Amino acid sequence: MKRLAGRAAFFLLVLAIVAYTVFPFYWAVVSSLKGGSALFSVEAWPSAPEWSNYVAVFQEQPFGRNILNSVFVAGSVVALSLFLGVTAAFALGRVRFRGRATLLLVILGVSMFPQVAVLSGLFELIRALGLYNNLFGLTLSYLIFTLPFTVWVLTTYMRELPVELEEAAVMDGASPFVVLTRIFLPLMGPAVVTTGLLAFIAAWNEFLFALTFTLTDEMRTVPVAIALISGSSSFELPWGRIMAASVIVTVPLIALVLVFQRRIVSGLTAGAVKG
Amino acid sequence: MRKIATVLLGAILAFSANPARAQVTLAISCGAVGVEFQICREGAEAWARETGNTVTLVSTPSGSTERLALYQQLLSARSADIDVLQIDVVWPGTLANHLLDLKERADTDGVFPALIANNTVEGRLVAVPWFTNAGVLYYRRDLLERHNRPVPESWADLAETAQLIMQAEREAGNTRMWGYVFQGRAYEGLTVNALEWVASHGGGSIVEADGQVSINNPEAAAALALAASWIGTISPPGVLNYAEEEARGAFQSGNAVYMRNWPYAWPLLNAEDSAVRGQVGVAVLPRGGAEGRPVATLGGEQLAVSRYSRHPEEAVALVRYLTSQAEQKRRAIAGGFNPTISALYQDAEVLAANPFFGDLYETFVNAVARPSGVTGGRYNQVSAEFWNAVHAVLSGQSEPAAALSRLDRNLRRIGRNGRW
Amino acid sequence: MVVPPERALVVSSPLARQKRRTAWLFLAPVLLTLAGIAGWPLARTIWFSLTDARLDALDSFDFVGLENYQFLLTDPDWWVAVRNTLVFAGISVTLETLLGIIIALVLNARMRGRGMLRAAMLIPWAIPTVVSAQMWGWMLHDQYGVINEILVWLGLIAEPVAWTAGHGTALAAVIAVDVWKTTPFLALLTLAALQLVPEELHEAAEIDGLGPVGRFFRITLPLIWPALMVAIIFRTLDALRVFDLMYVLTGNSRATASMSVYARQQLVDFQDVGYGSAAATGLFLVIALVTALFITFGRVRLGAEPGR
Repeated sequence: MKRLAGRAAFFLLVLAIVAYTVFPFYWAVVSSLKGGSALFSVEAWPSAPEWSNYVAVFQEQPFGRNILNSVFVAGSVVALSLFLGVTAAFALGRVRFRGRATLLLVILGVSMFPQVAVLSGLFELIRALGLYNNLFGLTLSYLIFTLPFTVWVLTTYMRELPVELEEAAVMDGASPFVVLTRIFLPLMGPAVVTTGLLAFIAAWNEFLFALTFTLTDEMRTVPVAIALISGSSSFELPWGRIMAASVIVTVPLIALVLVFQRRIVSGLTAGAVKG
Repeated sequence: MRKIATVLLGAILAFSANPARAQVTLAISCGAVGVEFQICREGAEAWARETGNTVTLVSTPSGSTERLALYQQLLSARSADIDVLQIDVVWPGTLANHLLDLKERADTDGVFPALIANNTVEGRLVAVPWFTNAGVLYYRRDLLERHNRPVPESWADLAETAQLIMQAEREAGNTRMWGYVFQGRAYEGLTVNALEWVASHGGGSIVEADGQVSINNPEAAAALALAASWIGTISPPGVLNYAEEEARGAFQSGNAVYMRNWPYAWPLLNAEDSAVRGQVGVAVLPRGGAEGRPVATLGGEQLAVSRYSRHPEEAVALVRYLTSQAEQKRRAIAGGFNPTISALYQDAEVLAANPFFGDLYETFVNAVARPSGVTGGRYNQVSAEFWNAVHAVLSGQSEPAAALSRLDRNLRRIGRNGRW
Repeated sequence: MVVPPERALVVSSPLARQKRRTAWLFLAPVLLTLAGIAGWPLARTIWFSLTDARLDALDSFDFVGLENYQFLLTDPDWWVAVRNTLVFAGISVTLETLLGIIIALVLNARMRGRGMLRAAMLIPWAIPTVVSAQMWGWMLHDQYGVINEILVWLGLIAEPVAWTAGHGTALAAVIAVDVWKTTPFLALLTLAALQLVPEELHEAAEIDGLGPVGRFFRITLPLIWPALMVAIIFRTLDALRVFDLMYVLTGNSRATASMSVYARQQLVDFQDVGYGSAAATGLFLVIALVTALFITFGRVRLGAEPGR
């Protein structure tokens, strides 16, 4: 009996979480299936759902190209930050040397300025490097917010791994690189996948840099493309199309999570901890 | 006719004068996607075909703040990436340093003098008017008729009829009914609305042409006190966070008797899926008090040429083409953009497409400019001080007189006592 | 478990020295990248904060020393922004942490369909902020917002409330949207931390007769604490720099303006690069202070030993 009540409470909790997180997305789907004035009406499901908004999104701008751009930028940002982050985290988390704490604080300090304050300087830098209106410019500038985050999170996890594992390998004559790639990385699956996923989404959704460092429609990323969707005049808000575009770009991310979700929870099996 | 001839002549000259020179590629920013973009592209491509040059369109955000920020970023880096820029009516002062003087090069015959004055900064014409905009009053014709009320002439009339109709409609069952919606959010739109209230009461236009701060006067205080009395009585409390689209939403779903908005709302209110289709009228905004006059704040967009453009000659030619009478006529018919040339308001084809242009001609030509010319690069600061003061009065945080005297002090400090 | 005598092993042996060299080699790419992309923009901002530069004439400016900071300290609007930001960050990060832990624990439980659940949970974080803020703006609208509709239907409120316009409700609305938007960030990082808790510890505790709550506070929480603290620190940094949520939901209204909104207004809208940079640097100092407090009182071990 008590067990049943516990299960019911658990089920209700899950239900509440799902309702809370998914309802606005559901609302986005509903709005995307409505036409013009639907923006101002409240209906649980459109009386006459239509796909015109989805068609319009792809017709009025190179939206497919924009999605590919975002995939490229977010993907390369994740690859670079994970590579740089894992190596740095190994040094910061597993090796004792002076200045370690200071370095961690300096890296964190980079994330303490508001985006708008670094915008002008980055803009000059990117123009000087000839990366204006170029996806590599975006990749480079996004590292400014993904790197501190990946380094810190991975350092914390790296530090938590038991020291015995490393010692055994070092005894066998393994180099630091081998220790990192063969022993630590497999154990850090959840942490690496999680930080990668969070960094991917952060880069996928970034707006201000993407707007400022690209110029032509072919180079725009998804959030900018969505923000550029406009109605027939400057005040009108083409809500249906904006929602359709948002739904379209959320789907790949959900797929990404579904693909990687096994890796989010795996990690330390019982056997690995014992020295 | 003369204008068309000049344009054609200009085009022919441009065409024949440089057969040996390589044709250039210009970048112009106007709108993002959608109808506005489409119509701009048609115009630009027509020019490109005539002259043999190429035009690429740079899409910029439709939100004016984001667009201004992007322009500032590009221009302060002396970027030549955009040659011709579409700029808001309040930006000439802010961007003047980066824009070419078009005084000798643009054709401004018959263009609204208020716009030319607005776009002239320290004797330089930095942008050519492209289309204009002015606030108008939308009203529910069916409700006014049902309750046998005329279109209000003064703000007091408006408040009275709004109260009456709202009460009656609520008793009849529409509990969501309100009297008047406008743009009350703390943003540029509130400056626009509040300037209309103040100026229509004879309270000046915040900062006068000679640079003197004029806002601290009894008429302005009376205007703000009147507006504050609407909140919660005829206007929903939420109006304090309404921009254009929120106001249109309330009005279009049938929940308001009156709305202040730009002409863009007209075709949308009469769209097929609109709840108030065919029941809406447009009028000039009310006047304030017995001695007041109706005032609409000037809006609209201009075309300017970047100082950093690599092809200034061609860029000027493109601006001349796009702002010509023929092109403005096409845009008025195809997209409902208000022309900046007086003669087009008597053009039969334009009037057939936009019936209320004729009735509201006086509104458009006499619209009051925000003090962006005299305050130059500090206009945004002035506007932010003003809308914050007004917002504080509307939300009951401060009294009109006290808010205005504080505003006066702040503006004098920002404007270095009228020197700006 | 054998605990090795660390000093002997790690500090001074040739092996340790070699290891330290490798460590610097491993660190170099990150440090160079960050110095390359962040060094110049940050130095530029700090330098401009000591000048009277304006955006329309960036080449001609004068050095004014600390004048901008002096003005910043005496501007009541700045202090309102500081208070708004701290209130916002304090409440939203607390709520997000609590909710995030609960969600992570639920997602960590063995049950059917948890893959779908994990994906569903991530949705709010995946929608671009520019869009979701606007979406919430419409959902919270006083006349035709779906939130009011639902609350009236449920009988929780008598008539529609103007959430984003009222003085008290505006900040609350912004916080509610932020909690919705960023709880997944904390939940996901907590979930990853939970993977570090070996299962046999739980089994052992269960045998010892600890209940689920006891197990959480005595075993799970201490083990996930370091990872949780890092997640909270980064979340707090983001919350203290909040910009687009407030900007889209309530515009430049002083009642809800955050420090970033203030800095951006000076820097971009008012073209005052000097003063705006000072505000940005002020924001940096506030964040640095908060982070220092976190690191001190959150027992974040910056130089901690591995594997302890």
